[in-house]
Amino acid sequence: MAEARAPERPGAWQAYRVVLGSRLRAQSSYRASFVLDVLGSGAITLVEFSEVYVIFHNVPVLGGLDFRAAALVYALAALSFSLGDLLTGDIDRIPVYVRSGNLDTLLVRPLPLLAQLVTGDVQLRRLGRVLVALGILAVVLPAVDVAWSPARVGLLAMTPLAGAMVFSGLFVAVGGAQFWLVEGGEFANAFTYGSSYAASFSPAVLTLPLRLLFSFVLPAAFTGYLPAIALLGLPGPPWLPAWLGWLTPVAGVLTWAAALALWRLGVRRYTGAGG
Amino acid sequence: MREQSRGAGGGTGPAIALDALTREFVVHRRVGRFRRRRDVVTAVAGVGFTVEPGESVGYIGANGAGKSTTIKMLTGILTPTSGTVRTCGLRPVPQRRTLARRIGVVFGQRTQLWWDLPLADSLRILAAIHRLPASVWRPRRDELVERLELGRLLEVPVRQLSLGERMRGDLAAALLHSPSLLVLDEPTIGLDVLSKERLRTFLREEQRLHHRTLLLTTHDMDDVQRLCDRLLVVDHGRLVYDGDLAGLVHRVGARRVLVVDLVERAAPLTDVPGTDLMGVEASGLRQRLAFVPGTTTAAEVLAAVSTRVEVRDLSVEEPDIEDVVRRLYLTSVR
Repeated sequence: MAEARAPERPGAWQAYRVVLGSRLRAQSSYRASFVLDVLGSGAITLVEFSEVYVIFHNVPVLGGLDFRAAALVYALAALSFSLGDLLTGDIDRIPVYVRSGNLDTLLVRPLPLLAQLVTGDVQLRRLGRVLVALGILAVVLPAVDVAWSPARVGLLAMTPLAGAMVFSGLFVAVGGAQFWLVEGGEFANAFTYGSSYAASFSPAVLTLPLRLLFSFVLPAAFTGYLPAIALLGLPGPPWLPAWLGWLTPVAGVLTWAAALALWRLGVRRYTGAGG
Repeated sequence: MREQSRGAGGGTGPAIALDALTREFVVHRRVGRFRRRRDVVTAVAGVGFTVEPGESVGYIGANGAGKSTTIKMLTGILTPTSGTVRTCGLRPVPQRRTLARRIGVVFGQRTQLWWDLPLADSLRILAAIHRLPASVWRPRRDELVERLELGRLLEVPVRQLSLGERMRGDLAAALLHSPSLLVLDEPTIGLDVLSKERLRTFLREEQRLHHRTLLLTTHDMDDVQRLCDRLLVVDHGRLVYDGDLAGLVHRVGARRVLVVDLVERAAPLTDVPGTDLMGVEASGLRQRLAFVPGTTTAAEVLAAVSTRVEVRDLSVEEPDIEDVVRRLYLTSVR
């Protein structure tokens, strides 16, 4: 063991880099099927977007947004969700790990469980969704009416990253909750995919309780709608002033704080340490 | 904290020390249509033992006796309900990640290798996970590859390996970071005779070459005979025996069976001293003689048989471990 402590001992980041690198190589080694997977996941985003298009084909304004503004909301939310999904989307497979006993093999390794699950499960095919969301954003941006300033450019750049934090946090929270709900996968999905769905529309169409739920409990509105109205200079509905759109990073940090607490409790439950 | 724990685990203390270790599970049983009853099941009930560095210990018992629960508690996967457990001087659950660098764990029925990657990649990833410098893990990998004969398997994706090959790969994975304690949960389950034998030879070597401590659970009597200097038998969560195999067999009076194939048909061999005739097959060509090790030996029985008839071939059937444990339980209850 003495030589294992030699000064050249690699850091923990090296471990994550190697795990991640090998995952990516393994997934891209079957090129044709990889390309199909990427296209397939991108197609999902396009189909979802067509729903927005169909609605606005029939009504000119919904929830205070016209089609172009609604498309901006959708693009920001979809980009946030797809980035978060890319990072932590497989955490909801915890029940599979529990049932197969593979969680135990992860627990006897010298890295945190969450870090192993995140790096061990990055699904590159989900890049398809990211690319399509970016494409929609690229088409929408020149069409919307934004008084560009350095601050607003910063807001636009920050939103997908902070929004990805919100969604990845939601995935981790749901992963933690699944230590209790080993059979409750669908129930758990309602929080993540439900939030994603709620994020792609104006919360002004929701009743007040639901609007508050998808803003301050599951902060979906922070990933698309709020930054979008802050960019467009539109007023928000009651309880959702436009300046909240600048606070997506705060929503991201709070989501992660809650998620990590829930995750820890979940792991403690699994190891029988109470909670 | 790390400095402290390193001092505790790197010294000469026991590899494993359990004291009054207990684990209860709460199970909810359905009673009627809607009501559920809450029952407490004790999987491990006050188990205590110490394993010194370099020992090779078999942890045996019937299914559901509490073997896996104990293993989980001493590797940091499960928290004890009461009692204490120290593995390599560490408290397993609170110091799980520190402990993970000192122990290797092989679960016979699952793999820690990456299914879609070649074995070589899995080993490289594990080296990174254990933060081993190349100057440490490369020579170690080469040693394991040679001794486990993994050379031609290194570039094959794990999902294409046979069970025996995969198990050898899993052993290499568990030993890459040179853990002082190797815990094996049913390592030979499902393997063919040849693979089992190879595995045992390797594990014995590993213990002798590197002074590695072995703790294994098994249902296989040959594993016990070939690998374990000491046996711990659990039954219904309690430790019912601690000692070597000879002592266990002696205590329960478990019998071995000498099977002799004769050159010519012979009358039933009812008069061989120290044996009972268990059966006669092929109208006297094959006869089965049971004897208690300790009162006589296979060689003595064979010598006695040879004075009576001409033996063409022979084999010895070992007592079934489940049977030994069952008898042990009966004797300990009485």
